[in-house]
Amino acid sequence: MSLAVRVIPCLDVDGGRVVKGVNFQGLRDAGDPVELAKRYDAEGADELTFLDISASHEGRATTMEIVSATAEQVFIPLTVGGGVGSVEDVDRLLRAGADKVAVNTAAIARPDLVAEIADRFGSQVLVLSVDARRAGPGTATDSGFEVTTHGGRTSAGLDAIAWAKQAADLGAGEILLNAMDADGTREGFDVDLIRLVRAEVSIPVIASGGAGAAEHFPPAVEAGADAVLAASVFHFGTVAIAEVKDALRGAGHAVR
Amino acid sequence: MTAPPVVVLDYGSGNLRSAVRALERAGADVTLTADRAAAQEAAGLVVPGVGAFRSCVEGIRSVRGHEVIGRRLAGGRPVLGICVGMQVLFEHGVEHGEDTAGLDEWPGVVERLQAPVVPHMGWNTVEAPEGSLLFDGIEDERFYFVHSYGVRDWTLRTHGRTRPPLVTWSEHGGDRFVAAVENGPLCATQFHPEKSGDAGARLLANWVGSLKAA
Repeated sequence: MSLAVRVIPCLDVDGGRVVKGVNFQGLRDAGDPVELAKRYDAEGADELTFLDISASHEGRATTMEIVSATAEQVFIPLTVGGGVGSVEDVDRLLRAGADKVAVNTAAIARPDLVAEIADRFGSQVLVLSVDARRAGPGTATDSGFEVTTHGGRTSAGLDAIAWAKQAADLGAGEILLNAMDADGTREGFDVDLIRLVRAEVSIPVIASGGAGAAEHFPPAVEAGADAVLAASVFHFGTVAIAEVKDALRGAGHAVR
Repeated sequence: MTAPPVVVLDYGSGNLRSAVRALERAGADVTLTADRAAAQEAAGLVVPGVGAFRSCVEGIRSVRGHEVIGRRLAGGRPVLGICVGMQVLFEHGVEHGEDTAGLDEWPGVVERLQAPVVPHMGWNTVEAPEGSLLFDGIEDERFYFVHSYGVRDWTLRTHGRTRPPLVTWSEHGGDRFVAAVENGPLCATQFHPEKSGDAGARLLANWVGSLKAA
């Protein structure tokens, strides 16, 4: 008897539509987040994450509607991130039907935001999303990993491991660890990064970035991840959620 | 058969939409309200709860939910607590060194889990006792937990005429804690049945099915 490793598909949503092509057979509308959420639920996803990449106010308002529609039809936990900058933003998302909210750039700019959200709603709603990459010349950090913003293009001037630890101390309930070097390579998770964060924090760690095949997932768990998140490999049908669970089970990890 | 009326107590606690929809799916006629008369009269009352023990207790007291719960139980009318809505039913809770009085329906303390990774977040198995109504048909399923505090020692002992409470346990990182309690009209789960997919739907249907339709 033990806690199951969570397998989490992530959907990028812009103005209420799923972007990054989704290649499922038999969906009436592959751009409809609600329909995709139901599909992933039926396939055994343990949670869902929506990343709102809308640039406009209208786009974000539409995302709220999508969150509500999803929460009314899908009975697994839903995390929503993207542009969350205040306690009020978190309140709106929770009221709309999100169970957890992911915070990224705004917390880098003002770390107290983490404590404010945790104090108001509890640590369990707060996922700190960290976009980490190996630090290059001129941006060296103690751990060798640094925090980035703007999709991995800009250095935030912070040590990624120290930042994860600081956020956990401030009250974050979970770390969503995005390996920007591995992201999109489909060559596997960055196990060095996962191991370093795992050693420093005692809150759950979700590994993200680099998944390209079912056999990539067990090493992330062995490095210390409590959950694994992926986007395109699921959307394109390269790997099914059931195949990831089979691989994890085969490696001796508990799955649902 | 008419759907039994169920009130979800609305005292400003986080995401309630999922609980309402999941109970509707389980066959209840659900109203989300803080109205005491409605909460008193419904066939079933659900007390949700997320966040801090203290703020949940304060929220419930602010709508005089504790009085409604007490009166319902005195009359044998079913109440279901979920997550912190279960925790507040105990005598007291200790969070960040702060000791807060609970609603004291059960003796015991809600305290921080002693596990390497906290919060306990995700799908876990449970050990349900023989004769459990809530877990009927789903004894081997996993349920979705998310909490940093729990009841690690069940202390209520009953003697003689009363039926002993059925206590379901779970375990995380070597620490054991109460996952659910069935004690006459008062039931509660530490996990979120409304977020536990088909297994959670069955648990809610088991509870709703035990309620008397209006």
